[in-house]
Amino acid sequence: MPKLYTGAEIVFKCLEEQKVNHIFGYPGGAVLPIYDELKNHSSIKHILVRHEQGAGHAAEGYARSSGKPGVVLVTSGPGATNVVTALTDAYMDSVPLVCISGQVPTHLIGTDAFQECDTTGITRPCTKHNWLVKDINDLQRIMHEAFEVATSGRPGPVLVDIPKDIQFAKTKYVSLKKEKKIEIKNKNRFTQKEIDQLIVLMSKASKPIFYTGGGVVNSGPKASELLRELVALTGFPITSTLQGLGSYPGDDNQFLGMLGMHGTYEANNAMHDCDLLINIGARFDDRITGKIDEFSPKSKKVHIDIDPSSINKIIKVDLAIVGDVTDVIKSTTKTLKKKNLNLEKSNKQKISKWWQQIEKWRTKQSLNFINSDKIIKPQHAVQRLYELTKNQDTFITTEVGQHQMWAAQHYKFNKPNRWMTSGGLGTMGYGLPAAIGVQVANPNKLVVDVAGEASILMTMQEISTAIQYNLPIKIFILNNQYMGMVRQWQELLHEKNYSESYSEALPDFVKLAEAYGCVGIRAEKPDELDEKIEEMINVNKPVIFDCHVDQAENCFPMIPSGKPHNQMLLGPKDQEENKITGKGKALV
Amino acid sequence: MAKSKSAYSIPSKLSKSETHIIVVWVDNEASVLSRVVGLFSGRGYNIESLAVAEVDQKNNLSRITIVTTGTPEVIEQIVLQLKKLVPVHKVGNFKREDKKVIFKEMALFKVVGNLAKIKKALNACKNFNPVILDQTDKSAVIQITALRREIDKMAKNLKSHGLISVSRTGAVAMTRGAEIFN
Repeated sequence: MPKLYTGAEIVFKCLEEQKVNHIFGYPGGAVLPIYDELKNHSSIKHILVRHEQGAGHAAEGYARSSGKPGVVLVTSGPGATNVVTALTDAYMDSVPLVCISGQVPTHLIGTDAFQECDTTGITRPCTKHNWLVKDINDLQRIMHEAFEVATSGRPGPVLVDIPKDIQFAKTKYVSLKKEKKIEIKNKNRFTQKEIDQLIVLMSKASKPIFYTGGGVVNSGPKASELLRELVALTGFPITSTLQGLGSYPGDDNQFLGMLGMHGTYEANNAMHDCDLLINIGARFDDRITGKIDEFSPKSKKVHIDIDPSSINKIIKVDLAIVGDVTDVIKSTTKTLKKKNLNLEKSNKQKISKWWQQIEKWRTKQSLNFINSDKIIKPQHAVQRLYELTKNQDTFITTEVGQHQMWAAQHYKFNKPNRWMTSGGLGTMGYGLPAAIGVQVANPNKLVVDVAGEASILMTMQEISTAIQYNLPIKIFILNNQYMGMVRQWQELLHEKNYSESYSEALPDFVKLAEAYGCVGIRAEKPDELDEKIEEMINVNKPVIFDCHVDQAENCFPMIPSGKPHNQMLLGPKDQEENKITGKGKALV
Repeated sequence: MAKSKSAYSIPSKLSKSETHIIVVWVDNEASVLSRVVGLFSGRGYNIESLAVAEVDQKNNLSRITIVTTGTPEVIEQIVLQLKKLVPVHKVGNFKREDKKVIFKEMALFKVVGNLAKIKKALNACKNFNPVILDQTDKSAVIQITALRREIDKMAKNLKSHGLISVSRTGAVAMTRGAEIFN
């Protein structure tokens, strides 16, 4: 007779076969059998968080910085509902997560038992798929299928809900290799003909642009290498979405910076005026497109995406190529080389005018701000952070708001998987737990959470997790005492009625850091900034850095709502100049 | 136009809505219907009618037929989003006007009245394959199969013939001829 294993043992056997090394979780009544089994599996380390949302975001940070799926373990009821925000966040930003939740015993389901909730019902709209395991014999298949679904195609979160009696029940376990390979929905559906069409469009274009997104990062590091080769080969300009930052070097001359609502002037104008737009792994998000009717009106549009439902969802495209970014770029480059179309040379003449135009836009220096020697400008703080950390392999996470945009604008990323931010859902409180996950996955690297003082208070408790596991994350708070982005919108659109956007009673972050057992640093003057940042980097402990910045600073440039890309609002310097010359805000 | 205060864009012009019949083959498993229906409600798509039952016991497959209205863009999204669901095997999409496809709905009418009244009611249904499922001296249950709008019309017309209760299904669909949908 074969050996019988309990449900809890099977969970760990599956995790081991899936090569899981870390799980982020929080125990509770309905998952105790699984927690009991933890001690028997030394290859799997459990990170105890302080709130289940933190477990979810930490697993996201882990997944995004390592390319491996993040694993979360929570109990039934409140454990499961607390993780919903993180699951939704992962769903919006296509992050592979496997969440295992405990559930009340099968016979109590539906009776409003203690800590019971309809977990699969609640998480259905925020996962790629979820399962309620009702039979111990299904557990193994479901566990492996969960990893398959989370990581294949467009990645995303999944949830496996396991009732407590199933965790105790016993059955046989068949090793994964013997199991029939699970059928995956075919990821590459593109044909050589489509690649040929793309190349025809590329050779005809005189104002082309690459618009790349998180899909490049999700496709793996190889995709970024291939992208760099393709961009060099074609000589085309390239812009990136918030999620795509790092897949192309941020300091390269062909890179126009981020596009969209707070993107650069040159990127947005190039998007508007181009005649060929090649979207690689981005999804025409509404923060990117601005007004749909006037989005890139003169261009042929190509969309490369692994998810067929992303095609034509928002913007109708002329050529759709459904497939993994790595494979599509590989085919494109191969075909380009085979046809010996050295676009860089043959097209140089043709697109040189385009580059001249782009250089003209660049002279606007739209990320500029008026610096001060009396008060720390938040942009200046990010720039100094970049300059002082760029010599090492640094990982940046953020919360959500102005600081997030300033980090995206002023921190130049050179590698993929170094930038973790909540883009789709825009979850304040994401950055601290995400930084924990990043540090777990990358033990000896510098991990900085660029934060706002309002966001950080939403998941502040996780600093305690960082202390427990000696994770020397750096929380770099741009403290302006306001919910800055809310304040900015209220200033610009609601007649400066700063309704409830000022935090009256903030904690003393330095004392708070000390209370938690980490290091607190405060910077209030521009001339002490560098020295304090150095101090932060050199401490081998978690640090809360309270950087007092200008409260009135706004994030520019921006595309006001309902406006197309070529009607950007520029910073105060430009607004002043325009006032003087009386030219209004008409641009170029 | 007033200056927008929203952080979101204003809606652009919508194209014309069409009625489509979407046929979905799914694994017959717990909560599969709520996945499909939840997709519709979550993304703001319409459901005009719904019919679902297991069609293949051996392979454990159910067939869901959904009548929906939406712009061509929305219909395309519905099909693509449905295809992403794990238990979905294939998705068929037909225009209501499609001549190659048969659509049928079934209705049960309970008519109360004397025999003459019931006869009149039955006569009124004659074009829609009426079948009497139950009859007493003062009532009858009549089954008809027809298109949605025909059933709508009958339900209205039979009011004067003693109709007191209506029960009806969603539409089911099948292609004409020897071909099946792949």
